[in-house]
Amino acid sequence: MDRHNTVQLSRRLFLSSVAMFTVTATSASFARSLSGSLPWAPMSSDPPMQVVSGGWQFFTPQEAALVEAIVDRIVPADDLSMGGKEAGCAVYIDRQLTGAFGTSSRLYTQGPFLPGLPTQGYQGEANPAQRYRVGLASIDAFLKQRDGKTFAELQPADQDAFLAAMEAGKVDLPNGVKAPGFFGLLLQNTMEGFFADPVYGGNKDMVSWRMLGFPGARYDYRDHVSKHNQPYPRPPVSIEGSPEWLVKRS
Amino acid sequence: MAREKELTMTTILPRKDVVIVGLGWTGSILAHELTDQGLDVLAIERGPWRDTATDFNIGYAQDELRYSVRRDLFLQPAVETMTMRNDPSQTALPMRDFGSFLPGNGVGGAGVHWNGHTWRFWDSDFQIKTNLTKRYGAARIADLQVEDWGVTGAEMEPYYDQFEYLAGISGKAGNIKGKLQEGGNPFEDPRSRDYPNPPMEMTYAPTLFADVGRSIGLHPFPTPSANMSRTYVNPLGITMGQCTYCGFCERFGCANYSKSSAQTTILPVLMKKANFEVRTDSEVLHVDLAPGGKSARGVTYVDTSGQEFFQPTDLVLLCAYGLHNARLMMLSGIGKIYDPATGEGTVGRNYCYQTNAGVQVFFDDKNFNPFIAAGALGQTIDDYNGDAFDHGGLDFVGGAGINCIPTNGRPIGTRPTLPGTPKWGSAWKKATVAGYKSTLGYSSQGSSYATRTNYLDLDPTYKDRFGRPLMRMTFDFPDNDIRMSNYLCDRMEDIAKAFGGKQYSVGRRKKGWDSVPYQSTHNTGGVIMGTDPKKSAVNSFLQSWDVPNVFVIGASAFPQNAGKNPTGTVGALAYRAADGIRNHYLRNPGAPLVQA
Repeated sequence: MDRHNTVQLSRRLFLSSVAMFTVTATSASFARSLSGSLPWAPMSSDPPMQVVSGGWQFFTPQEAALVEAIVDRIVPADDLSMGGKEAGCAVYIDRQLTGAFGTSSRLYTQGPFLPGLPTQGYQGEANPAQRYRVGLASIDAFLKQRDGKTFAELQPADQDAFLAAMEAGKVDLPNGVKAPGFFGLLLQNTMEGFFADPVYGGNKDMVSWRMLGFPGARYDYRDHVSKHNQPYPRPPVSIEGSPEWLVKRS
Repeated sequence: MAREKELTMTTILPRKDVVIVGLGWTGSILAHELTDQGLDVLAIERGPWRDTATDFNIGYAQDELRYSVRRDLFLQPAVETMTMRNDPSQTALPMRDFGSFLPGNGVGGAGVHWNGHTWRFWDSDFQIKTNLTKRYGAARIADLQVEDWGVTGAEMEPYYDQFEYLAGISGKAGNIKGKLQEGGNPFEDPRSRDYPNPPMEMTYAPTLFADVGRSIGLHPFPTPSANMSRTYVNPLGITMGQCTYCGFCERFGCANYSKSSAQTTILPVLMKKANFEVRTDSEVLHVDLAPGGKSARGVTYVDTSGQEFFQPTDLVLLCAYGLHNARLMMLSGIGKIYDPATGEGTVGRNYCYQTNAGVQVFFDDKNFNPFIAAGALGQTIDDYNGDAFDHGGLDFVGGAGINCIPTNGRPIGTRPTLPGTPKWGSAWKKATVAGYKSTLGYSSQGSSYATRTNYLDLDPTYKDRFGRPLMRMTFDFPDNDIRMSNYLCDRMEDIAKAFGGKQYSVGRRKKGWDSVPYQSTHNTGGVIMGTDPKKSAVNSFLQSWDVPNVFVIGASAFPQNAGKNPTGTVGALAYRAADGIRNHYLRNPGAPLVQA
């Protein structure tokens, strides 16, 4: 009883003084006093929010078209897998940019912002959402001036050449965007989307896991530990489940 | 002003016998021991309550993005980070995201998401300065600041034993009471009995690694693991389940009660005790000292409402992560902060790390099923660790364990490819598929020895969310350690050649410690133990020389780091501190256990 009241009091106090604090926990938790037993409450687990595809929450239609074209060159469609666009990598990035990742809310974002050594990591003031907004616009502006075209209108070989130039720092993007840094962010997020659990909007039908032979969210391999050098027989499963579970077996 | 604020805004709470700062491995061990002694114990934990069923849920624990990439269970830099630089001439800047190391947060601490490699350091590690001086002469370690710990391997043995049985370590003894045991580590110090559980079942890669190691005259043995090889009931009566080799161990909580942590070995018993309480989501700001600064009278903490509390107590145990212990000492004014220019001061002294390097061997015809794995499932070769080998003709001291411990096949982070592979496009994809199952990796986990200019202090510029200075870390790999690591890479190359794969690559350690790519969360030192109050901050029971009713428990006490994971030694030191408090300190509270 006491504990319950403490929690409620803390919660109310918290809400009234929220401006004093940066909330940084995953799901906001409040100060508690625990004693006498392991605390237990039903339904208190914290599963991931499932991304529902359709529409864009962060990107403008123009930005979305550019990102879809880029992820489709980073992960091209070929005989090994579908491309990054069909796999949902752009949807994944869109949803990530609206959340804690996009706003850097978990990171240390106090100034002063000074240029650092490479060993000191990213020291910029812009968060990923801001870097995408400015970076995508700078790619559009650069290509419009150079080629009179958007990235999506270029031939695949020319798209690849442009991305390779960004990666190598051989293109000067406008608005102070550092091409290798922004390309690195695009690359990192595309790979996350392609290989993360499909619950986050990418890796459609576990395409990357099927490609690699990664069984996904399975939790017990005891029957295969000693089967050295033998292929694992079962298909992957996701946190969301598996399409195989829905197939009626005769 | 500050004084006025304290008087008007701080709530003064009823006294507790003991206040523990941080409820991870060490805090839980000390809380259990001291509540058994009948003391009224309060733990104050900065992060949230966490438990298996709710927070490491088997329905969604296998989420690489959430737990490994976004690091859901870890300390977030917005709460506390550090500034870093490689040498004192540079301006330190904040690690805006953690990278090279990842401190824990919440009940269970980093013990929730560790891999579970559970080592004993050797007598030659504890008496390192004496040993190295005797064996190679003082000149050999002149550019290092290595120090003896003030304990012997034999003194530590019962505490290691206690921790290993609490945690149900799976392994094979190499030396029981001086008698070498077939299949164990022949280089380890004598232990009083075997591990509580047999080694884990080996996957293909470590099995092959052990075969190859033996074929060139080395001595591989199963890595001691806190992942359970079988169902285990620990001395507290708590049952753990057999590991299922799921490959979601490091950076994850175990959904299966198969990895030792405070949650799976202590908390179910501790939480039932009427004389124990934990206050979660409450951050201790500092220890409050009595006038004169010779004893602590309590701690000040703030909860999520922003309310500040003063918690009076007779005994303060700092059981936070080692780096946070060091910062709390600095913010509380306990001891003098180390100054590398004069060599004076003890808090922040001898910050050390781990000097790692890695090898990959690529095959065409093998399938290692990398996703069938556990955090500590593997084989280790200690032939070149510590002082197990003669350094007489060599140009360095120290060494490394060579570990083949493939922990996972999680594909965002684990996609080995041949050197020179592009990072994207069709060629990348083809190489990624080819390399995923057919690559074997192993690494050297090297010692890290103290130098004059690797240290911790307070940053002059950057502040935390409460306006307190961040800690500043000044660190680079010492030349000695780089030479050690290069020698180990040569030895790892000997092994690589013996594998007969189609190709191998060696990733050597270079100077210029980079805070971005993950390396190791084995940060040691800063509040080191020893026998000389001028060179150490705590005595061999981890009791502050300056404020004797404060004990500082964790890897912060290591005078330097060995080529081994620290948790076994951290657990053993926690039991030693508990022994000192229960059997000595409480007879004469407030007095030093060791006379300076």
